[in-house]
Amino acid sequence: MANYFLTILTFSPLLGVLLLAFVPKNLPGTSKAIGILATLVPLVLALMLYTGFDSTAPGLQLVQQMNWINIPLSNTQSLPIRFEMGVDGLSMPLVLLTAIISTMAAVVGLTIDKRWKTFYVLFLIVEMGMLGVFTAANLFQLFIFFEFTIIPMFFMLGIWGYVDREKAAFKFLLYNGVGSAIMLIVFVILFVLTGTLNIAKIAELFTSPMSPFNVPDVPGYIPNSVRLGLFLALLLAFAIKIPIVPFHTWMLKTYQEGHPAVIMISSGVLIKIGGYALIRLNAGFFPQWMNELATLIAVLGVINILYGAVLALVQNELKQMLAYSSVSHMGVVLLGIAAVNAQGLQGAIFQMISHGLIAALMFYLVSLVHERAGTSDIRKLGGLAKSMPIISGIFLTAMMASAGLPGMSGFISEFLAFVGLFGSKPAIAAVGAIGIILTAVYLLRATLATTFGPTHAEHESLADAQAIEVVPMVVLLSLIILIGVYPAVLSEPLQATLQTIASGIGGFSR
Amino acid sequence: MNSKWGVLAEYDWSVMSPEFTILGVATLLSLIDLLMGKKADRRILAWIGLAGVILAGYFVIRNTGHNVVSIMNDMYRLDGFANAFKLIFLGGVACVLLISISYIDEARNVPYSGEYYYLLLSALLGAMIMASSADLITLFVGLELLSLSSYILVGTRKHHIQSNESAFKYVVSGGIAAAIILYGMSFIYGITGSTNLYTIAERLPNAFYGGFDLLIYLAFFLMIVGLAFKISAVPFHMWAPDVYQGAPTPITAFLSVVSKAAGFAIILRMFIVIFINIVEVDAKLGMQQPIIAGKLALYISIIAAASMIIGNTLALRQVNVKRMMAYSGIAQAGYLLVPLASLTGLLLDQTVFYLIAYLLANMGAFAVIMIVNRDQQTEDVKGFAGLYHRAPWLSISMTFFLLSLAGIPLSAGFFGKFYIFMSAVGLMKYWLAGIMMATSVISYYYYFGIVRQMYMRPGSTESPLRVPAPIAVVVLLTFIGTVVIGVMPDPVIQYIHTNFPFQQIFESGSKL
Repeated sequence: MANYFLTILTFSPLLGVLLLAFVPKNLPGTSKAIGILATLVPLVLALMLYTGFDSTAPGLQLVQQMNWINIPLSNTQSLPIRFEMGVDGLSMPLVLLTAIISTMAAVVGLTIDKRWKTFYVLFLIVEMGMLGVFTAANLFQLFIFFEFTIIPMFFMLGIWGYVDREKAAFKFLLYNGVGSAIMLIVFVILFVLTGTLNIAKIAELFTSPMSPFNVPDVPGYIPNSVRLGLFLALLLAFAIKIPIVPFHTWMLKTYQEGHPAVIMISSGVLIKIGGYALIRLNAGFFPQWMNELATLIAVLGVINILYGAVLALVQNELKQMLAYSSVSHMGVVLLGIAAVNAQGLQGAIFQMISHGLIAALMFYLVSLVHERAGTSDIRKLGGLAKSMPIISGIFLTAMMASAGLPGMSGFISEFLAFVGLFGSKPAIAAVGAIGIILTAVYLLRATLATTFGPTHAEHESLADAQAIEVVPMVVLLSLIILIGVYPAVLSEPLQATLQTIASGIGGFSR
Repeated sequence: MNSKWGVLAEYDWSVMSPEFTILGVATLLSLIDLLMGKKADRRILAWIGLAGVILAGYFVIRNTGHNVVSIMNDMYRLDGFANAFKLIFLGGVACVLLISISYIDEARNVPYSGEYYYLLLSALLGAMIMASSADLITLFVGLELLSLSSYILVGTRKHHIQSNESAFKYVVSGGIAAAIILYGMSFIYGITGSTNLYTIAERLPNAFYGGFDLLIYLAFFLMIVGLAFKISAVPFHMWAPDVYQGAPTPITAFLSVVSKAAGFAIILRMFIVIFINIVEVDAKLGMQQPIIAGKLALYISIIAAASMIIGNTLALRQVNVKRMMAYSGIAQAGYLLVPLASLTGLLLDQTVFYLIAYLLANMGAFAVIMIVNRDQQTEDVKGFAGLYHRAPWLSISMTFFLLSLAGIPLSAGFFGKFYIFMSAVGLMKYWLAGIMMATSVISYYYYFGIVRQMYMRPGSTESPLRVPAPIAVVVLLTFIGTVVIGVMPDPVIQYIHTNFPFQQIFESGSKL
């Protein structure tokens, strides 16, 4: 059984799809109930994964391998594509994050008002795709599961979004399509070069001093220029996903037009795939280039932080502000990676998890406000604390977490990332730190303007959160605080894997 | 040896049993049509035709896996290459017959529908001859049999002005293309003094070094340009949008799948066999390289790239769904030329696999397009609006066909593209691989344009859409095929690899 654990975990959302297939489409209640309950299965399995995880092992755990496709090359040779799964300290937290955010987003999905069954079918397929990306031990699988997140997301954006939803859906599809196309090119090149698609195996071939790839003047030696090309191509592919400025415009549109549940999984999990892949593939396969180009990535990170923060500062639309704030916060992930040491990487992963939780919570809160007040324009809101004390209170707390207040997950993440970067590139880190101040400014501005001050007459009698709506808020918020006050829940499983990656990038680990 | 029938009786005619079956059934259909009353329902002809196609398919399968057999002085061959293509043609025509049954019955659509069915079979016969022949003459005869039948089929909607116009355009441009091909072939014949592909292959290298190299290049260009017509590749693609739009939808499906596959059969067979022996010293590498893998492959790559770019970008602007599919077909021809341009040992495997995936997706898509167009009385993409609410399974199937055409995972089309793509990358044709990926992403836009209509736009009506049983069968089978091959491509890949060995194309057949 243990061998199949990851497969069962990854495909467990399909159980819900199967059940939904038998539900008549005019039963919204049943569809929603099945949809939400179905996300509990992967959640329970992910928690089991977390508790059973051996945090001392650096390599992949729960490995499973199976033959899948054999591509014949000649009568004697063939290239195998295998079905391979495994998790390590880098992917396990992300699997757990996926399961948690999915369940919360499924609850938020209660507010959808049409085609309930289709919504949850697509939702569960996206969840399967996200879990699959993080459990894949094989590039081909990673690509396929990645596509599994794109296509259903297109439908979810286009069918259940707001006014300009179709444009948002197409923008999402085309941008991410370009990203995955570039990714596929690189994967196929790697396949042709190495004859395998196994991530760990490729990493070993590229980094081990014994491998023929690394010995000049031996047939099969891969020159640095080829590696640089592959590195940059992968960076570009993930730049769209993360997103790195200037490839971020799809995100603005998506976050403006999508249904809250859809934005929650997109901001909470999907954009983390970029950061994850950057660490797993770019740093894993080409550590020397990661080390040499760290400055470039750090600069990109700083641009993201400052650009996002400055534009967030001038937004009057709360959702747009949050979208830009996500751009800014993902910059911190880049900074952490660019630090090329264990603290920095830890900060990057902390930031991915932390931003996943915070962004999901904030988008949810804003959409609740939007739904009730009919607008999410800061200028038209104000004094919401009077009519919606619970929502406003949690809003304030989430803002603080996002601004990096000590005791919350945002603080520990930014702290680690910046400490890491100050260790290796103090000048860039200093510039990047300005972003922290800007973040505090725009978040406070938004919070103060919406929750305090005079209440608009038409907003005086808005309903506060109902019991079911409080559940995702409380769960997400408690996790944010849990990581903030007890970071070991996250850092312990990470350690062994992080040491391996960091030492790979050039022995910078301390 | 001295039979009274002479040498003809000594050939192993059983290799031609599939062709004879089709020929027989076509003749039978024309006789039945002649004897039937004027007003009689001619749908029975389609069923007889289908039975014939299935029987022929059985014969082809019985013939697969054997060694090469060649008859009539090497004019006609039976090898893995021919069998693979014949199976594709037969599968395609079976689908076309099934979707025709409920389309042709309307009197206003196709009057004299009897001839429709036997012309379809004669076109099929032409395609099968093209796949099997090893002689310029028979190749051309097959090509013309297919083409002439197609010209008439395109114009069978006699009272439909657009159909007439497109048939006319098709005849004219088809005639030009045929003339160009013949012109090219005449040079080859003139240089080598033979029409047999294998004899030509033996003699051509001498001619190449004897100062005829420019003439050989010229012949190559003339033939490839002319044949580009059949597969609707750039530069001879202009006819496709008009003809696809004007032709009856089942015939559009036929042109886009069977006729195109036949074009690939003749292109692959001719160019690989004829030019493979010509080698050239590569100055850079200092070693001999076949020009087909060098120079000619570059020219084919350029045609492939141009087809992908032009097909996919022009498709973006189409509002007529059949026109859009025509541009999509131009782009698909571009993808299909990539294996020939990269020329690995997997060439046949890749082409056949891609053609199977393409057959499934395109036949399914045209079946759905036909139902929707007829129901909505329009060929506009907007006709698909709200289809999901009227026929959920139909739109889910259509979604998968479009995903397959766009090359998105878990559809047969993805593996088709992946397979092709791998060899392009393996041979370091990165620019071609890059264009392939970039244009694939562009194609998302128009394929998903139909998806958008089906799921995101309200339709004029919510009433359930009635799907005739034969069409439902086609949609169901192609849907299952697309998804199953998308998840488990291995059996198909292995079947192709073991049963249609590529090197058979070079082996001389067992003669008497």
